[in-house]
Amino acid sequence: MQYMMMFYENETEVAAQRDNVERAGPYWDAWNAYMGALYPTGIVLRGDALLPPSAATSVRLEGGNRLVQDGPVAVTKEQLAGYVVIEVPNLDAALSWAARCPAATYGAVEVRPVLDLSNQG
Amino acid sequence: MDGSLQDHGRRAAENAARTSYGRLLAYLARAWRDVDAAEDALAEAFAQALDIWPTKGVPANPDAWLMVTARNRLRDGARARKTREQTTSSLLVLAPTETEELPTIADKRLELMFVCGHPAIDAAARTPLMLQTVLGLTAERIASSFLVSPDTMGRRLSRAKARIKDTGIAFEVPGKGELGERMGDVLEAIYAAYGQGWDSTGSDDQTHKGLTEEAIWLARVLVELRPEDAEALGLLALMLFCESRSAARRVEGRYVPLAEHDTALWNLPMAREAEEKLRTAGGLKQPGRFQLEAAIQSVLVQSRLTGADLRLPTWTLHGLLAQKAPTIGNLVGLAAATAEVYGPETGLNELAQLPEAVTGDYQPFWALKAQLLQQLGADQQATATAFRRAIGLTEDGAVRAYLIGKSTQQTRACAQLGDSQIS
Repeated sequence: MQYMMMFYENETEVAAQRDNVERAGPYWDAWNAYMGALYPTGIVLRGDALLPPSAATSVRLEGGNRLVQDGPVAVTKEQLAGYVVIEVPNLDAALSWAARCPAATYGAVEVRPVLDLSNQG
Repeated sequence: MDGSLQDHGRRAAENAARTSYGRLLAYLARAWRDVDAAEDALAEAFAQALDIWPTKGVPANPDAWLMVTARNRLRDGARARKTREQTTSSLLVLAPTETEELPTIADKRLELMFVCGHPAIDAAARTPLMLQTVLGLTAERIASSFLVSPDTMGRRLSRAKARIKDTGIAFEVPGKGELGERMGDVLEAIYAAYGQGWDSTGSDDQTHKGLTEEAIWLARVLVELRPEDAEALGLLALMLFCESRSAARRVEGRYVPLAEHDTALWNLPMAREAEEKLRTAGGLKQPGRFQLEAAIQSVLVQSRLTGADLRLPTWTLHGLLAQKAPTIGNLVGLAAATAEVYGPETGLNELAQLPEAVTGDYQPFWALKAQLLQQLGADQQATATAFRRAIGLTEDGAVRAYLIGKSTQQTRACAQLGDSQIS
């Protein structure tokens, strides 16, 4: 089964880590190590890291009018920071990879099955 | 002081409730051959008690009161079902008779444990089922510890209970021929609960707190019910040894490796209790895997407290354990002990023998490999790779931070070495 692991980070907490000389190293080390353990398994189908939510722009059409806003769609404490789609036998396997993610320690990881279009006729 | 006293009182009350719950449920579930229905009835009886006891006073024998109330509920339910379905319910036949003496509720928790650990039950459900039925933990509480959603855990537990009912698994202690193997399943289930809890130690979050206390409690119940079983004693000793060190595993949220534990933080009375249990187990002359693991712990405690060099006996014990149970965990443990005695290179050679399919995402393998490579100091590239793997595979934020610190120590040491060579 394919699952998308969505990495949610607490922007304030992450900024405090990234902008701190002593903490920035460990922050990136943890992510590099996690990806370094994940990718060699061959289960990753695709994935990306995203720039912070401050770089986001959201668009809606309301009554035919374009409504363009600075920032993410929902202003919540935890924001999407990246994702990876993995192919694993079951949810348990996906969850154990989610638990190893650094974001699980100070944010959250959402695991969602990818819609399988090959079965939709 | 007050806090710990209160804590103690709270725990005593919890433990009493836990004992009652398990006893009552075991009794009812055995009589009605239906864990699910027994749970519902008991929950209703507890709710009724909360309603009635505060105003009318607590009955002289609360357990018997709860049992009778729950039993009446079960009968009502069975009667209602009978009229509804117009069939004879076998449940009524199995119900306890009026002539049965009510105030003495026979302790059937051991039978219940054997049901929970039965080979016919899905292995993934055995431990959770035991925690729920014997200790009364909720599915929500159990779910996180096993890294599944509360929904999934709820379904898993329901399926298991339906299976007990449908297959008619006997609520009895197995006969001599089967006993050893079935006891092994029960012990494994308890140890699994401890393992889940051990991994999540260090988290202060109550809802995600591990199940170590609960696992020890289960083992205590088991030892109380089967005092002649050496492996049950061995398991209890093993968990008590580990638990006695829990306060030293984290200092201010930072991970502290075993070799650097401040032994003043160890719970020595608990370690002594573990030692006693292990000695009692040894006297029974039924050697086994859990006693071996407990013996390794015992030697470790001794060597740290007395400063004696006990690396060789530790290695011997690890060898026996790996022979008895060649799991990946035990083999990595043996390699660590080998490295202590014969040096990092020999340890690395042992690690190299392990099949890659198993070691690929086994974190302790990479942590040990990184440590040994660092000790050897020959291959910086391989060391860095092993560290990255160990860091990437851990779930524990404190361990992650510790390993990152260790791996950068190496890089810094290298940089310094490079500098001194230049100058």
